[in-house]
Amino acid sequence: MNYNPYNLINKTIFITGASSGIGKAIAFECSKMGAKLLITGRDKERLADTYSHLEGSGHLMFAADLSVENELKNLAERLPVIDGFINSAGIYRLIPFQFINREEIKKIFEINFTAPVTLCQGLVKLKKIKEGSSIVFISSIAGNMISAIGASVYSASKGAINGMIKGMALDLANYKIRVNSIIPGMIETNLTSEKLTAEQIQNDIKRYPLKRYGKPEEVAYAAIFLLSDASKWITGTNLLIDGGFTLL
Amino acid sequence: MEILEFTENFASQFNETGSVKINPESKFRDIEEWSSFHALSIIAMVDEIYKVKLTGDDIRKSSTISDLFEIIKSKIK
Repeated sequence: MNYNPYNLINKTIFITGASSGIGKAIAFECSKMGAKLLITGRDKERLADTYSHLEGSGHLMFAADLSVENELKNLAERLPVIDGFINSAGIYRLIPFQFINREEIKKIFEINFTAPVTLCQGLVKLKKIKEGSSIVFISSIAGNMISAIGASVYSASKGAINGMIKGMALDLANYKIRVNSIIPGMIETNLTSEKLTAEQIQNDIKRYPLKRYGKPEEVAYAAIFLLSDASKWITGTNLLIDGGFTLL
Repeated sequence: MEILEFTENFASQFNETGSVKINPESKFRDIEEWSSFHALSIIAMVDEIYKVKLTGDDIRKSSTISDLFEIIKSKIK
């Protein structure tokens, strides 16, 4: 029996932030579902590592720093036409509100909001996102449902994504392009802060009803759903994956 | 960098320190208000003023303000 409404066969999926963490896991899992992948990340070596572990063939990699306008433009021009776009590039920085400044706000917003949105806009304008495609932003419960100590700017950048996907979903519905986000709780990646101790992290884990942080592949499964034809009638929504964290 | 100046910068991260006057030998976890928020504030203050990146572990293994001062000094060199 080959029935599988979640398969990604014959779909070309573009993934940012694919050199580590959630983006890397999404690239692996999508390749297992039959997708052809276009991956990008800043770190050439780590990107090549992701690339070498992809299943199937015909994948391409593009090393680029999306916070540099020229590199972003250049990438948009080089990309072939796609059926799906996962934005997983992002930074997580903890800084108490009284210490935030313009520079910090600019940097976090550039990487978490402006760069992915501009890239998406560029691809739409260049008609590189096919009719019926799916765009997915990896956002966060922070800024959408909760926040955390020292995470005001990070939360704001993720809250901005929520507003953007709703507006994009409306405008891009004209092209039958769907736009959604995934809002995970804390995921086990290197994107946790060294400003926290192991003990603080252990205490935080206890606050999750399912008693653990999420795994990158668990976000990938949700991404596969939103990329696949199984979610054809879902647009403008935030898919919550948080081990029950926001129930309490 | 002077320890007294550092102690003042440290103390200014708190609303009030009660009857206990903060001095270099104060055990900062004994300050009533002390929390993970204050740990992050100390890290941010040290980054802003002394351009030194402290980690959560640097705070964890320190007990007094002067312990922290020594770690910062070692990172400046």
